[in-house]
Amino acid sequence: EIHIKEPIEKEVNPRLLPGELLLCEASTVYKYIQEDGSSRGTYGKLVCTNFKIAFLDDDSASDDNEPQFKNKIVGENDITLQCVDQIYGVYDEKKKLLTGQLRKYPETLIIYCKDLRVFHFCLRYTKEEEVKRIVSGIVHHSQTPKLLKRLFLFSYASAAPNNTDGRNQTVMFDTLEDWRDELERTKGNVKYKAVTTNEGYRVSEKLPLYFVVPMCVSEESILKYEGRGIPIWCWSCHNGAALLKMSAFPKEQDDSTSQTHKAFLDGIYKTISKPPYELLKTDDLSSSLPSLQDIQTAYTRFKQLFLIDNSTDFWATDVKWFSLLESTNWLEIIRRVLKKAIEVAECLERQHTNVLLIEESATDLCCVISSLVQVMMDSHSRTKSGFQSLIQKEWVIGGHGFLDRCNHLHKSDKEEAPVFLLLLNCVWQLVQQYPPAFEFTETYLTVLSDSLYVPIFSTFFFNSQHQKDTNMSGESLKTQSGPFRFLTVWDWSVQFDPKAQAFLNNPLYAEKPKPDKSQRKTARFKHQRQLSLPLTPTKSSTKRGFFREETDHLIKNILGKRIGKFINSSDEPPNSFREFYDSWHSKPVDYHGLLLPRIDGPEIKVWAQRYLRWIPEAQLHGGGTIATAAKILDLMEEVQSLQVKMDEEHSQAISVGVHSVPLLRNSARLSSLFPFALLQRQSIKPALPTSTWKDLEDEDDLVKRDDEFVDPTGDIS
Amino acid sequence: MASSSAPKYNSNTLESSPGKRTLKDGTNWEQNEEIPRLPGESRVTDKDVIYMCPFNGPVKGRVYITNYRLYLRSVENDPVVILNVPLGVISRIEKMGGASSRGENSYGLDITCKDMRNLRFALKQEGHSRRDIFEVLTKYAFPQSHNLLFFAFANEEKFSENGWMVYNPMSEYRRQGLPNERWRVTFINEHYGLCDTYPSLLVVPYNATDDDLKKVAAFRSRNRIPVLSWIHPETQAVIMRCSQPLVGMSGKRNKDDERYLDVIREANGQISKLTIYDARPNVNAVANKATGGGYESEDAYPNAELFFLDIHNIHVMRESLKKLKDIVYPNVEESHWLSSLESTHWLEHIKLVLTGAIQVADKVSSGRSSVMVHCSDGWDRTAQLTSLAMLMLDSYYRTIEGFEVLVQKEWISFGHKFASRIGHGDKNHADADRSPIFLQFIDCVWQMSKQFPTAFEFNEQFLITILDHLYSCRFGTFLYNSEFLREKEKVTEKTLSLWSLINSEKSKYTNPFYTKELNRALYPVASMRHLELWVNYYIRWNPRIRQQQPNPVEQRYMELLALRDDYMRRLEELQITNNSKISNSSASSASPSQMMSQVQTHF
Repeated sequence: EIHIKEPIEKEVNPRLLPGELLLCEASTVYKYIQEDGSSRGTYGKLVCTNFKIAFLDDDSASDDNEPQFKNKIVGENDITLQCVDQIYGVYDEKKKLLTGQLRKYPETLIIYCKDLRVFHFCLRYTKEEEVKRIVSGIVHHSQTPKLLKRLFLFSYASAAPNNTDGRNQTVMFDTLEDWRDELERTKGNVKYKAVTTNEGYRVSEKLPLYFVVPMCVSEESILKYEGRGIPIWCWSCHNGAALLKMSAFPKEQDDSTSQTHKAFLDGIYKTISKPPYELLKTDDLSSSLPSLQDIQTAYTRFKQLFLIDNSTDFWATDVKWFSLLESTNWLEIIRRVLKKAIEVAECLERQHTNVLLIEESATDLCCVISSLVQVMMDSHSRTKSGFQSLIQKEWVIGGHGFLDRCNHLHKSDKEEAPVFLLLLNCVWQLVQQYPPAFEFTETYLTVLSDSLYVPIFSTFFFNSQHQKDTNMSGESLKTQSGPFRFLTVWDWSVQFDPKAQAFLNNPLYAEKPKPDKSQRKTARFKHQRQLSLPLTPTKSSTKRGFFREETDHLIKNILGKRIGKFINSSDEPPNSFREFYDSWHSKPVDYHGLLLPRIDGPEIKVWAQRYLRWIPEAQLHGGGTIATAAKILDLMEEVQSLQVKMDEEHSQAISVGVHSVPLLRNSARLSSLFPFALLQRQSIKPALPTSTWKDLEDEDDLVKRDDEFVDPTGDIS
Repeated sequence: MASSSAPKYNSNTLESSPGKRTLKDGTNWEQNEEIPRLPGESRVTDKDVIYMCPFNGPVKGRVYITNYRLYLRSVENDPVVILNVPLGVISRIEKMGGASSRGENSYGLDITCKDMRNLRFALKQEGHSRRDIFEVLTKYAFPQSHNLLFFAFANEEKFSENGWMVYNPMSEYRRQGLPNERWRVTFINEHYGLCDTYPSLLVVPYNATDDDLKKVAAFRSRNRIPVLSWIHPETQAVIMRCSQPLVGMSGKRNKDDERYLDVIREANGQISKLTIYDARPNVNAVANKATGGGYESEDAYPNAELFFLDIHNIHVMRESLKKLKDIVYPNVEESHWLSSLESTHWLEHIKLVLTGAIQVADKVSSGRSSVMVHCSDGWDRTAQLTSLAMLMLDSYYRTIEGFEVLVQKEWISFGHKFASRIGHGDKNHADADRSPIFLQFIDCVWQMSKQFPTAFEFNEQFLITILDHLYSCRFGTFLYNSEFLREKEKVTEKTLSLWSLINSEKSKYTNPFYTKELNRALYPVASMRHLELWVNYYIRWNPRIRQQQPNPVEQRYMELLALRDDYMRRLEELQITNNSKISNSSASSASPSQMMSQVQTHF
């Protein structure tokens, strides 16, 4: 048998999605990574489409090594146009940021991605014409302003056959029914109502079609200022206290206008502070939390620490890692946000007070805080479908400006702020502090954050429900189909096959025991259990009367000493907060009850999976949390196969074949970067710091001593 | 148990039944079963005090002092506050306030502990109440300074296992395949005549005579000649340990030492150079020449390659830990946690030690080259490096017993000066000899176990227990500076081994995720991205930071294990009954799917 040998220049074609068009391409591009001082890589073709930038390996035939966790839409060497963060060109070993028109073309293209991947494409062996076309194509399509309708979302929606998964359990909150069900679920329906006032968006284009307000708020007031100054319901606590948000009036120069606004607000506050409503506490988030600008600045610095070019970079930044981290301020922002959420939870849970969050548009920090509070207080939000419904409620329908905040269209850098990422980072802190409390894994949060940049789902590509609705009707396009039908990100089967989806589910999650129908009456008891906190503040303080005076003495005596630091700390939050926090933490955790994050310095951590997953130097071969997670999964499979066997024994069926699923994991050898470990370090040599710190500035005296130095001034007796 | 001595702060799981009556003054406390006592432990005194808890404020209670511990129980039951402190952890006792002091609680005792906490008690300003308790505490906390024996010699506990049997140097070397045709066991140090800080049994190159060894000893600080610590089963490359050569200012040479190093290099048929790792920073090694020490120069040792590992001395480490304590006790630095942590340099030192050990291990494993490790005297940094490298290379040391052997061998038998570094029973708290070198090693082990959670048979509790008894003086294990002194004091006859306690209750110290893997090198990543502060040890006294115990992930895994065993048992039963049923052909019983509800299926 003789086969005709294939031409050496084997044609590799990109796999295109429906509606995806090839825009430009270049061959003999060398993609490489630097490791331990030497570089390795592969030759291939670099292409740019209206959806992605893709590198096609010349010898990509080795498909038998399919990764276990594969994204069906975005491959290992694909970068969606929205995922591109920055593009640099290397000219004579110098890096230059590429933005608009180019006069000279670089030898190497470095693409930094928003999901923290870094690609190095060497163009030295590529034809000049192709270099020009691919570089300017990539820069143009990924870095310059774009019209909304030119998003791939629309091409895909008009070309892709619509087979949306109808079985999705996520509540979308785009119908009145959904809001009413939510009111009923949280027992908020006594005092709050879902309104249709905004049908046809006659109140505001920023507000959703349907939303919930206190019963006593009239349609008239809602209409008066386009929904500003109106408390909008987010969620009701089991004790009836509610979490509300409100879009504030802009600061007015005109005195009389601001007087009218004030009078209007006073009226509103008055009505909703009366019984049956609980006391109201307002919190202006624009003054009590960092600004969006601060958040953007912090994140920009923070992510830069993980966009690493080579291992020299890695070890150079390792020396002062902690102070570098601190100087970004990102972790501190996470801490402050978590703290704020605890404060709100304390008001709701212990003080039975309604909390009204105020922000200019009520669509940024309001979304972060209200979502976090619900994740902490409502165990339903810790299930996968509950969390997704929460994101729909507070963010997607709630009107968070994803398009602007992610700067998907490159319209204005000023609007950009990673507000949703901030939420995911905060939720991750809770997930890692309380692993059994969540139905989803950190991998779920990571791929959710990646999905922010995949423009085939409408979820994160509109600023509001109104914007989506008005762009749904494909009128401006000459397509045959009527209104677009967009996919939702919550249909995970679009991105992952069932095997990969298993990594999104937490094997440690213990489902809430469902009460029997016959035990429904005990529902009230359950609520009491959730309280789990003393309602009267410190009964012990009175009991300890004798010691109280002593305490005062104590404080006076030790002030200025180290203990004083803690009692008299200036940035200590109000006492009720501390007490609430300490009291909760001193009790065993109920994973289905209230969950408070730990916020002391050592407890706030870097989301290693998201931020370190592409860095080969950070890889632990056979280690990381995945090592234990894999063992748990293996054991669960074993238990399940035992169950099957037992059932067979019961039915006395003759077992046909082996039932146990072939174990996909070899737990001991997985990399800590799993399931994202696509870039494996090739050498099995350990990673060694190439630069270490050596000088101890202020301890010269000690440094020079010998081990057995005897200190003559020492107290030897 | 010292490890359980965290303040029991309002915890539901602990002894806080509200109706329980506590003791009134003058009751005979020895009859109260709530106050723990070890066999051989005897009461000394007790007194009403106010414990100035830095977390919960002043707590009125009664303190009981024995020859082993200080135990405090609060008068209040809600919450009940308990302190259970072995006297061995006490580093310093100070009187605070004088007769003229104003305020009730300004007069008392301030106790500094070696385990990252301070205790402060306020006393009544009457009689000689403070003087008495101060004297009793001082006497029993510092027995060495009062010509008393350690509690370990009075301890009459009984254990099912004998920890002194764990380490037998001969069988450990046999496990490594030694002696062989290239390495021999020598008894030259049987009576510690060659080196009084080395063990009696040593492994040296077959081609070096005892006479050679004696000559080499003259050229090595404190006669600590290069001897074998570990041999790679495949490459036959070895890890040798020793002290610095006595080069001095004039750059002295010693032909015997030079030849001896060549013999070591040749022992595994190696053509390439012998690698010498000097644990110190280059400048310190140079500075040591002034006091007669130094390092192997290229001229004198052309067949050796020398690297400095830049690990700092014991004083730097002591200061670093002191700074760490400042930022975590009593309260955790809040505003600038990360930069405060960085400024202690504690993790930076951990990083350097781990980096050094990785280099040693990698050289032996993939470099196939024998290495020699030393610092100045070869009992601090050298012990850290050899034992960590061995832990990386030899999975046996990652088991409970293997780790005990490792500590017993590389640390205890090779003369890490535990008595001096810890200051067992010694009142001289400012002694410059004290340094947390062993703690630093255990921290490195913890970092490794954190990075590889399935690679170690032991759990975190095992490491914490070792550290607790490093100070407690309840066991003879860590007492004295050398094997020679321990033999003189008849430690193995008169005291118990810590390993007796641990091995009698192994399940408590076992990591359920442990997966046995043979011959696999385990390299941690010595990057700040992965190193973290060991909160469960350094900040364990702070109730606010306390981690969830038991660890929920571990707990879930244990539940699954139990479930699996249960199913396997039932399945076996079913198969037996089914087999008998086949002959009887009768009907079935309840469905097993009822049990299935316990396991969730996520597939």
